[in-house]
Amino acid sequence: MRQIFFKMLQVSMVFLFSASLLEAAPIPTTLPDLLKFYQVDSAQSFDAERGKEFWLRKTMGDDGAPRQCTSCHGDDLAKIGKHNKSGKKIEPMSPTVNKERYSDREKVEKWFKRNCKWTIGRECTSQEKGDVLKYLSLH
Amino acid sequence: MKLLRWFAVSLMLFSVFGTGIAYAEDGFLSWLLSVERKNEVAPVKNEVYEEECGSCHYPYQPGLLPSGSWQKLLAADALEDHFGDNAELDNDLRTELLSFLEQNAADKSYFKRSRKIFSSLKGETPLRITEVPYIRYKHEELTDDMVKNNPKVKSLSFCNACHREIKYGRFDDDTVDIPGYGNWTW
Repeated sequence: MRQIFFKMLQVSMVFLFSASLLEAAPIPTTLPDLLKFYQVDSAQSFDAERGKEFWLRKTMGDDGAPRQCTSCHGDDLAKIGKHNKSGKKIEPMSPTVNKERYSDREKVEKWFKRNCKWTIGRECTSQEKGDVLKYLSLH
Repeated sequence: MKLLRWFAVSLMLFSVFGTGIAYAEDGFLSWLLSVERKNEVAPVKNEVYEEECGSCHYPYQPGLLPSGSWQKLLAADALEDHFGDNAELDNDLRTELLSFLEQNAADKSYFKRSRKIFSSLKGETPLRITEVPYIRYKHEELTDDMVKNNPKVKSLSFCNACHREIKYGRFDDDTVDIPGYGNWTW
């Protein structure tokens, strides 16, 4: 009886422990890993100048106001940005100031998808993502 | 020994039922048996929601809109144009968040303010919280200078600009502080 009892206790503890492991599993990454990840589908090697040009490129939004990356991220990559509509602060893009940036691949992909579509009206290519990351990594 | 046994039994029970209880925010039984007065709006207790939606705007309590509104807001293609912004989510995450919002929506909540929101809607399912008749009526006395022309408020959408205890789900007059105008009195 007692043995069965402790077995059940053990099983339930293992169950609880594994349940805690199942919750939230981000894909940890680093900037060099991300660059490698995007390089696979890119024709040219990444260039910070091209990335900068892309980062600052202006497109006309469907609301009639020009849009560019800096509309929300601000002009200084080391400083906190501000969402152009909600005013919510956006942590700095510079990896030296903001250590948490570029450490979760799913998050990077999610925001590239949303923000590229909003800013330039389509998803970015791996080449564009890599160029931009290269530019951002130098700050 | 007896104490240890009690501990073990409760641990087992928790591992089976506890996780379920932790997710169900409120139901009829917890409303009936709770000593806490549920006269406001249920505070948000969901890290995924706070992270995913709160990274762009204040993570509005699900009890501020009925489930029909949340279904429209989080429909398959709706987030691509979320009030002019792209807020796309992958499908798993979207359905996870939608079910959280539906389960805690104004029509499901036992909190008093959520009940008032729901009954004022008379079946309507607006996309904006500011279009809920009960909330519109509650903000009727505010002037443009207090909200629209106030650089620290700008719009009624920024609930947390004035509602100081919003994270506890409290919205009553005593907790309102309009920037530049101070505490709300009438």
